[in-house]
Amino acid sequence: MRKIKTASDLEKWRQDIIKKQKRDEIVVSVCGGTGCHAYGCKKVRDQFAKAIKKNGFMDKKIRLRFTGCRGFCERGPIVTIQPQGVFYQRVQEKDVDLIVSETINQGKIIDRLLYEDPNTKRKIDSEKEIPFYKAQHRLVLGKNGLIEPTKIEDYIGVGGYQSLTKALFEMKPEEIIEEIKTSGLRGRGGAGFPTGKKWEDCRKAQGNMKYLICNCDEGDPGAYMDRSLLEGNPHSVLEGMIIGAYAIGGSHGYIYVRHEYPLACKNAEIAIKQARRAGLLGKDILGSGFDFDIEIAKGGGAFVCGESTALISSIEGRVGEPRSKQIHTVTRGLWGKPTNLNNVETWANVPLIIEKGSKWFASIGTEKSKGTKIFSLVGKVKNTGLVEVPMGITLNEIIFGIGGGAKNGRQIKAVQTGGPSGGCIPASLFDLPVDFDSLTQVGSMMGSGGMIVMDEGTCMVDVAKYFVHFLEEESCGKCLPCREGLKRMGQILDGITEGRGDEETLMLLEDLSQVVGDTSLCGLGKTAPNPVLSALRYFRPEFEAHIYQKKCPAGVCTSLIQYSISEDCTGCGACAKVCPMKAIEGEKKQIHRILTELCSKCGSCKDVCKSNAVIVQ
Amino acid sequence: MERKTVKITIDGRLLEVEEGNTILQAGRQFGIHIPTLCYMEHLTPYGGCRICVVEISQDGGKPFVDTACTYEVKDGLVVQTQTPRIIRARKMLAELLVASAPNVKIAQDIAARMGLLKVRFPMEDNRCVLCGLCIRMCYEQMDGKALGFAGRGTGRKVSMPFNTRSETCRLCRGCDYVCPGVIVPCHGVKEPGELCGRCVRLDDMPYCCPEGTFGCFCDKNPL
Ligand SMILES: Cc1cc2nc3c(=O)[nH]c(=O)nc-3n(C[C@H](O)[C@H](O)[C@H](O)COP(=O)(O)O)c2cc1C
Ligand code: SF4
Ligand code: SF4
Ligand code: FES
Repeated sequence: MRKIKTASDLEKWRQDIIKKQKRDEIVVSVCGGTGCHAYGCKKVRDQFAKAIKKNGFMDKKIRLRFTGCRGFCERGPIVTIQPQGVFYQRVQEKDVDLIVSETINQGKIIDRLLYEDPNTKRKIDSEKEIPFYKAQHRLVLGKNGLIEPTKIEDYIGVGGYQSLTKALFEMKPEEIIEEIKTSGLRGRGGAGFPTGKKWEDCRKAQGNMKYLICNCDEGDPGAYMDRSLLEGNPHSVLEGMIIGAYAIGGSHGYIYVRHEYPLACKNAEIAIKQARRAGLLGKDILGSGFDFDIEIAKGGGAFVCGESTALISSIEGRVGEPRSKQIHTVTRGLWGKPTNLNNVETWANVPLIIEKGSKWFASIGTEKSKGTKIFSLVGKVKNTGLVEVPMGITLNEIIFGIGGGAKNGRQIKAVQTGGPSGGCIPASLFDLPVDFDSLTQVGSMMGSGGMIVMDEGTCMVDVAKYFVHFLEEESCGKCLPCREGLKRMGQILDGITEGRGDEETLMLLEDLSQVVGDTSLCGLGKTAPNPVLSALRYFRPEFEAHIYQKKCPAGVCTSLIQYSISEDCTGCGACAKVCPMKAIEGEKKQIHRILTELCSKCGSCKDVCKSNAVIVQ
Repeated sequence: MERKTVKITIDGRLLEVEEGNTILQAGRQFGIHIPTLCYMEHLTPYGGCRICVVEISQDGGKPFVDTACTYEVKDGLVVQTQTPRIIRARKMLAELLVASAPNVKIAQDIAARMGLLKVRFPMEDNRCVLCGLCIRMCYEQMDGKALGFAGRGTGRKVSMPFNTRSETCRLCRGCDYVCPGVIVPCHGVKEPGELCGRCVRLDDMPYCCPEGTFGCFCDKNPL
């Protein structure tokens, strides 16, 4: 690797890299994100390496690239082949030789490995045409597929650190802040605070030492956009932070990563070392006279440690516990010094804005929410994964367009956005444009970008109960309303789902929710009642059915449901065989019967019945 | 040197107070009562019990709820300590508190003062209200680091690190002195002429510290 001392050195290096890369005729990219690792992508990559070596490819130059997460993790391991742009999914080790001999050698496409649109049954060979990708706008995530995260050359080859040179040599710090302000960028960590304003406040704060922190705590169950970014394109986060440091006057940075993200930690660490060696971090960056360095701080992985003051306590080596925040961290943060904390995705947006300008950025999105947002789309939709969409796209477009609609021909009922303390939005509001303010308006929030789709088989009381219990577990316990209040909310919801609710229950639950939200110390407690309040707002009849009729309309809450067998029973006996309680009786070819007293409501019989004769009421 | 003062309004009264005071301190200087639990003079405000919540509005903005014990005065703050929103919140907090620790005197006192007549949650019997006074007393006033919080959420409790008495503990009993869980709750009306005063006597205590948390002084000492 070279040590670069000036901006033109960097440009020269880039040209050399591009020239060298042009010589490769074929690029095979194997996705190496954490999701694909679970499906064995490492073996696929090793097999490719072996096959390419074995075949010799005298006349063709082939490069094998192990990229970061491509978002469509459910279909992993994902392999793309350039220049044709073929997109193969669920590739196994044994498929590799075939891909090499057919696609690479002869340019033939292997049908079996293509993605098939579940709605049209059409096989699709290029990434751009797959509905999951088609409606996306991959500004931030897009480069993940083009680079190997552990190679700084790859990042520089696609224009990396260009924005840094521009910022350092063509712009004054104030101009950078102004540019970020006019771009309209808002924090992607949840609250949507205007980033430029935060930077400005931190720049103006008194102090000779200022800190920058990148928040990659990501305690949200099921969300992994921050991980995929830091893991798949760590240099873009570093570049954003260096630009930010120059604009704010920061002298040291931390990337706070939960230790459950080993690959993200590793790739970020490698990237920091490379950037230091190349002269992009440390003393006298690119000969500009500006010094800044970054280190990794590993967190224990508590949800509450993502909260700014708790995160700072944790880096300082104390218990990760929130404290009163009247004085903002931009004035008094880490070690009592002015500190600017931003989310991973926020930082990764910065180089884009500097490169393409605030006008361009502000042209994407809605009036008050600009740019794109990465969501982690999970639940009862056909396509799940990471999706990056322009702000203002409707929930319909995400859930039915990108997500492909409901799985198993069921009806979609609601979507939960914003992580555990977000809210449930009913299907009737799916034409809502997705941005910070409209989500808040309907009682949910952007949060970090979790998006869980639920269908008619989901009980909303059960969902509210699940999230309240999650947050009860994650509460730090410092303040009374969150610690005791969430416990009591959990008990009340347990009661409702077990048929112990009465007239006063809902009133108490609503009252309690409001007080917990009003009086808790930190954002966790303040937002914790959201799932309950939004469920009550949109799905009140479901709560009432549990309380007054002692019925769970979705057939989920085991205390309130009963299994029985209808006339459709053919008497095959499959159910009786699987019932662990021996609660099903009946003669062969006769209608069977469930002995309610013995039934444990496990649902095994319903799963095996071919004639759909097992009914839940 | 004279310290700068700021003007704030609490419950409609315009007050001039020294900078650096909290809303709670300002209120107390002028006889405005705001109930507290985890606050104690000369210890760092903690903001844990939230009993001292008030409504604050700044520069004519929408009122928000925060704790009087942690919020520092600023010119032009308008504070309300008795709005329906605050009364309702405090009452609920008192209910949560007393349901968790019904045999701690201060929990009963607060509940009674909020006019609570009924508790709608199943009762528990915790002796510690997690106010953190003992920990701050030990650390800030006695220069000991003998106590700390362990566990998270409902599993949180006061404990000695590594369950051993730290060398910095000099058995000063500062923790015992500030702990509201050590005060024996009132056992009700006595016969005429009988003196009680159990809540302030030390000889008749069923336990000294909550659940042996301080683990140091008496013959029930587990260590
Ligand atoms: C309980 C709780 C958990 C949070 N977790 C995260 C997190 O995992 N990642 C994150 O970036 N922000 C998280 N936040 C938000 C941060 O406090 C902070 O607002 C954010 O990192 C600021 O960055 P931004 O302005 O770029 O959004 C959390 C907040 C709360 C209250
Ligand atoms: S709201 Fe919950 S997580 Fe936040 S300080 Fe209070 S107890 Fe801790
Ligand atoms: S032991 Fe006593 S002083 Fe310490 S936190 Fe518990 S109630 Fe408060
Ligand atoms: S007295 Fe203010 S929070 Fe406890």
